[in-house]
Amino acid sequence: MIATIRSQLRSQKALGICIIILSILFFLAIFAPWLAPNDPVAVNLALKLQPPSWNYPLGTDHLGRCNLSRLLIGARISLGFASLIFLSSLVIGLIIGTLAGYTGGWLDYILMRICDTVMAFPNLLLVIGLVGVFGPGLSQVVLALILVQWVYYARIFRGMVLSVKEQNYIAAAKISGSSSWKVMKKHIVPNILPPLAVMGTLEMGWAIMDLSAMSFLGLGVQPPTPEWGAMILEGKSYIRTNPELMLYPGLMIMLVVVTFNVLGEALSERFGVKRRF
Amino acid sequence: MKKLKTEQSNVLQVNNLSVHMQTKDNTSTLVQDIQFELHRGKVLGIVGESGSGKTVTSMAILQLLDQKTTTIEGSIKLQGRELNGLDKKAMRNIRGKDIAFIMQNPMNAFTPVYTIGNQFIETIRSHTKMNKKQATEIAIEAMQHVNLPNPKELLTSYPFQLSGGMLQRVMIAMAACLHPAVIIADEPTTALDVNNQLQVLHHLNQIRTDYGSAILLISHDLGVISEMADDVIVMQHGRIVEKADVFQLFDHPQHEYTKKLLHARPKLHVEEYIG
Amino acid sequence: MSLLQVKEVTHSYGSHKLFKWKDSPKQVLKNISLSIEEGTCLGLLGTSGAGKSTLGKIILGLEQPQQGQVLFQGHNIYTADKLTRQKIRRDLQVVFQDSYSAVNPRLTAERIIAEPLENYEKLTISEQKRTIIELLERVGLSEKDLTKYPHQFSGGQLQRINIARAISLKPKLIVLDESVSSLDMVNQTLILNLLSELKEDFGLSYLFITHDIKAAYAIADTLGVLEKGELIELYDSKNQFFSSEHPVVKQMRGAILAEHPRFRSLPTRISKT
Repeated sequence: MIATIRSQLRSQKALGICIIILSILFFLAIFAPWLAPNDPVAVNLALKLQPPSWNYPLGTDHLGRCNLSRLLIGARISLGFASLIFLSSLVIGLIIGTLAGYTGGWLDYILMRICDTVMAFPNLLLVIGLVGVFGPGLSQVVLALILVQWVYYARIFRGMVLSVKEQNYIAAAKISGSSSWKVMKKHIVPNILPPLAVMGTLEMGWAIMDLSAMSFLGLGVQPPTPEWGAMILEGKSYIRTNPELMLYPGLMIMLVVVTFNVLGEALSERFGVKRRF
Repeated sequence: MKKLKTEQSNVLQVNNLSVHMQTKDNTSTLVQDIQFELHRGKVLGIVGESGSGKTVTSMAILQLLDQKTTTIEGSIKLQGRELNGLDKKAMRNIRGKDIAFIMQNPMNAFTPVYTIGNQFIETIRSHTKMNKKQATEIAIEAMQHVNLPNPKELLTSYPFQLSGGMLQRVMIAMAACLHPAVIIADEPTTALDVNNQLQVLHHLNQIRTDYGSAILLISHDLGVISEMADDVIVMQHGRIVEKADVFQLFDHPQHEYTKKLLHARPKLHVEEYIG
Repeated sequence: MSLLQVKEVTHSYGSHKLFKWKDSPKQVLKNISLSIEEGTCLGLLGTSGAGKSTLGKIILGLEQPQQGQVLFQGHNIYTADKLTRQKIRRDLQVVFQDSYSAVNPRLTAERIIAEPLENYEKLTISEQKRTIIELLERVGLSEKDLTKYPHQFSGGQLQRINIARAISLKPKLIVLDESVSSLDMVNQTLILNLLSELKEDFGLSYLFITHDIKAAYAIADTLGVLEKGELIELYDSKNQFFSSEHPVVKQMRGAILAEHPRFRSLPTRISKT
């Protein structure tokens, strides 16, 4: 029992630290244009591959652009669009999964077969395929990722809806005169969301990595737009002479993903103890 | 190790038993000053509401309480042998063979992924030196004894394939097959339909009459107590408030709480058929 | 006209799926006909698996039977128009067996009881709160229970909250599906007494589904016995249960536990071994 107290305190600390780190990162991302010391796309070949200096706190890349500025603006894109991908696929998955699980019948059947079809492909491969159809570009990649990701959420939410649906309080709500819509809103959704808090943090990590992976493959962000994955791609050629071109964005990705994962752990610790479902 | 027999009269003797639990801030007493005896072939009923301490008492006798958070004071003597503080290995030998336990929800007593036979035979073999074939024979005999139909088929079934009543009867057969001196039955009928309850009690009774096992019968249902108990203990808030012969208890209850329990139950008041 | 009439209801599971599976559909109810008059309680006895809960769901309007009709105040509850069905809905309520799974664990007692009121009555916030407090007091709880969550109540107390919710719209018929079966003896009696009082005070009718004859006898006026999906006996007076010669009923009577040790049926002599 002392052990549980200790682990609770540890998770409170972990929770606090994660929230602080993520708040700083999101703050940096939002205010990047004002915080960045230089124009991230300003090319200056004379200043290429400079070590850190006053004007360029993290040095310059192979085109003389400020590394720090590119990291900051890149944060905007990586974090911002990853959030968009995550939230969009989540909401779509929630709506479709809840509808399928609650209604049942042929609607459920058709929706689940669509999910099965999408899930049969390794998802990054499918994204690449879709980008092949749409053409390369940031919005195209974002759309492709959303289209591929929502099916997983739909499946998960549908499963949860199915188990909640069997509970007697759903029948009791119907008998109280509540419409299907009200039952879904008041009883089903609030009872399937809590595990989401934990799941969501891991998924955010994946969204960032997927987006970076696509950009690394040259399919997402197009130059000169800075984005962490794209920066790694560009720094690839200089791995022997200037590894920092790859390290800086790489470490940023790692920092964000690890922080989200630890946050998920801390949240599951917290929610697991508090609630009795 | 001394072989314990069922001949001795005073099979279980509990003296001044108290159980305390250590929580984060303080110590709470779960049961206090519990004192009773179990005689060979007799049934002692323990009655009380949920939270009265009935299950804690039986867990204490079986030494199944969490040793890190609970402390047990007092003496628990099984045929003269002190159980409180006994080392784990010795206690494991006693549990299942000299003291058997029948729990409330039969579904929870069996692992869903193994067959009944698998678990039955494992129980027998962990307490005896029999091989699989011998253990199977003992199992079949035990089930036939309580009139379970098709014992061989039952052994190959999985728990989910049987009804609650059937599982409970199998559990009784398992508890009884090694002829334990004491059987602790904790709310054996509560999870069952009324139609099965009498049958389960009948089997339990048969074990008592045929092997002379002493039974500690825990129940909140006075109907169960009426059917089977010879003596009764009434528990409230962790203490014994009344101890009497079963007829005495029903006809002349002394304590207020006992009177309340006797009064507060659905009764039929139809004399003609009950008899 | 009876308050509730069930006419030749037959129902089975496993038959309405998109594809036919190899196992045949399981018949759960066969040709059930019964009726409940206003202000009376029909006790429906049966073992688990006899089909009692399915019949309860069909009568509540949750599942349409394959054959047969359910008439409430003369209206077919499955084919009536929307307005009639809405009216019937408020008059036909339920109390389930497991008090915990019958409530949304994330809502307070107040919100749980408020749901039917919000759907049907147009009360102001303070009127609604007052009504809920009155209901809580009527079932033996108090104002301070308004803000508590389900896990803070005992099984018996939570069942009272379920009852408060069921009577909030002053219904005509309440289906009590094994409502006291999960409680200990003391609580069973208290809840049965409460239900009897409410029946008198509000002129309620009950369908009391149970496997326990003692509980049914305490509250029912008429009695029905369900066995393997068939209604084998229907009595207009519960006493007929004790004089019936039907083998299944005789077996049920034989299984009743004694109320006093002098009536016990088990032999107690130890054999000489």
